[in-house]
Amino acid sequence: MADVRLKGLSKTFNKRLAVDDLSLDIRHGEFFVLLGPTGAGKTTTLRLIAGLERPDKGSVSIGGRDVTHSEPAERDCAFVFQQYSLYPHLTVYDNLAFPLKSPLRRLSKEDIDVRVREVAETVHISHKLDSKATQLSGGEMQRVGIGRALVRRPNIYLMDEPLSSLDARLRSDLRLELKRIQQDTGATLLYVTHDQIEAMTMASRIGILENGRLVQCGTPREIYENPASVYVATRLGTPRINLLPAGVIPAGSEPTGTSVIGVRTEHVVLGDPSSSASKARIGKVERLGDQTFLHVDVEGHKLVLLADPHVALEADRAVGLSLRAPLFFAADGARIHAGQEARQ
Amino acid sequence: MPALSTAHSVVAPSSTSRWIAGTIVITYAVITMIPLVWIVLTSFKTPPDSIAYPPKVVFEPTLEGYCNLFTTRTRQPPEYIASLPPAEDVCDEIARSRNMVIAGPSNVVPRFVNSIVIAFGSTFLAVLLGTLAAYGFSRFKVPLKDDLLFFILSTRMMPPVAVAIPIYLMYRELGLTDSRLGMILLYTAVNVSLAVWLLKGFIDEIPREYEDAAMVDGYTRLQAFRLTVLPQAATGIAATAIFCLIFAWNEYAFAVLLTSGEAQTMPPFIPFIIGEGGQDWPAVSAATTLFLVPIFVFTILLRKHLLRGITFGAVRK
Ligand SMILES: Nc1ncnc2c1ncn2[C@@H]1O[C@H](COP(=O)(O)OP(=O)(O)O)[C@@H](O)[C@H]1O
Ligand SMILES: [Mg+2]
Repeated sequence: MADVRLKGLSKTFNKRLAVDDLSLDIRHGEFFVLLGPTGAGKTTTLRLIAGLERPDKGSVSIGGRDVTHSEPAERDCAFVFQQYSLYPHLTVYDNLAFPLKSPLRRLSKEDIDVRVREVAETVHISHKLDSKATQLSGGEMQRVGIGRALVRRPNIYLMDEPLSSLDARLRSDLRLELKRIQQDTGATLLYVTHDQIEAMTMASRIGILENGRLVQCGTPREIYENPASVYVATRLGTPRINLLPAGVIPAGSEPTGTSVIGVRTEHVVLGDPSSSASKARIGKVERLGDQTFLHVDVEGHKLVLLADPHVALEADRAVGLSLRAPLFFAADGARIHAGQEARQ
Repeated sequence: MPALSTAHSVVAPSSTSRWIAGTIVITYAVITMIPLVWIVLTSFKTPPDSIAYPPKVVFEPTLEGYCNLFTTRTRQPPEYIASLPPAEDVCDEIARSRNMVIAGPSNVVPRFVNSIVIAFGSTFLAVLLGTLAAYGFSRFKVPLKDDLLFFILSTRMMPPVAVAIPIYLMYRELGLTDSRLGMILLYTAVNVSLAVWLLKGFIDEIPREYEDAAMVDGYTRLQAFRLTVLPQAATGIAATAIFCLIFAWNEYAFAVLLTSGEAQTMPPFIPFIIGEGGQDWPAVSAATTLFLVPIFVFTILLRKHLLRGITFGAVRK
């Protein structure tokens, strides 16, 4: 295991920047999650680290060694691909053994066998070792894909949305499993996803990618509570953060230059219409089972808030609404802290 | 992939349409089989039976065609033949009954060996080069890739014989006429374009994540190619090999032009199997029958791959 350091990485495909001046330190033993929508450059970042793409600019170092120009095999990363992870012409056993059979490693047949069976236990696939890879279900395939990374003790595990093709139940199981394995082995892991729940539940630190740029980096709490921009704020939290033009609801000490106010459930106090700052009306009450969304109309704008499922709420009722320390953003989307001016 | 990819039509064919399809297939099979059957039958006829009119469907089979194919014979006076010790084998006997004695083996065996060496050799080379080139075109940024691919294809836009004269002159200069090496190179050159195009289609369909995974796992690109791409391209390689082999095996025009002895293959040899008083049809048919065997065996061996290979693109993964 080792630290991974990216410095000013850039990669252009057909004149379009896929990764833009990305600098990042992933510390030894860390579960780092890169979060970003499709096309943000997540896969490209992983491929740059693994050596499957050459950067146009910048450098990659693993364990203190500059590997920018090394072959993938020399970097000793393990990669779980988003799809097509298994060799269709091999059995599950041979798929798991494949990385160990590399001429670089020179392991004996017995050692390989021990490792393969151990990992098969870990990812709960021991009963399918003799099946062809193509005979597995999607979930089983992805477990083998993860297992194929885990048979090795590489410098870093790179995982490209490994759970995105699975159903919800399996996803949450594997989420816990992955986190447990990472903690047990102290592995360094760079995990890439567009799913905020995966990021929030597994990450020691999250990096938010926007169009190939790393826009913010921090613990899940930091990023949730203290987003650096509108973009970052909209990445995390269900329901999504509500964005209101400044001035619709009085927000106390609005810093100058504020153009958008970000409102999450915890920034809202609902109360008596007479004693609150604004008058609002409860629209729909949307019960999703585990969560209840409250649609609130205020001054012609709509807010979606999370409601306490135990409180009986009727639709179409007038309420009072005031804000408590919401997030302020400038016109360009940058965050402005209360008591600060917008940077020009 | 393979295990899950059987294409099922949504509606099972009705019995009528199955009946019609069956009839068409059988009719087509019969029409294409008749000449082959006729050749095989003729190879077991006597020369007079082979040219009898009306054609003889029922006849007494003989090995005369095969004997004549493998031997050369000389006519001798009956007294001389009578003075010989008893015939050693069937061919001896047949020859004597025609007042001839066997003078020695014919050229058919070396010609057959030439055909095998040249056809399989050029097929191997064409498929090897084709696979590597197709892989390169499929995976790497090659400058002028589209133009190069078009150029490669354009070599097949005219019949190869159109350049027979330049090739003949070139080969004469290089001393490649009537040599196995020359023929192998020539057939390889003709087939390699086909191989590149066919195989590029197959390799394009193999996701590159497999090689990427192998390279990350500690293999070089060549090892990754051998361990992940080749096994998955087996179907395409088999289909391509059959197409190449069929061309090289049957090629006639260049073989006539460029070979006469040493390196002569079967196609130019067969039509000139002459017996007494002209073409020896049973011997010609015997040669043709034997000529069909290797392709037949090769195709049967690769049949499993071939069905999927020839319909490639039509059936998606
Ligand atoms: N091999 C490639 N050739 C051309 N464009 C590419 C290639 N790989 C990625 N891109 C482009 O780079 C951008 C980032 O892609 P990617 O890293 O795959 O994003 P993500 O994994 O976050 O969805 C996308 O616009 C994509 O179209
Ligand atoms: Mg991706």
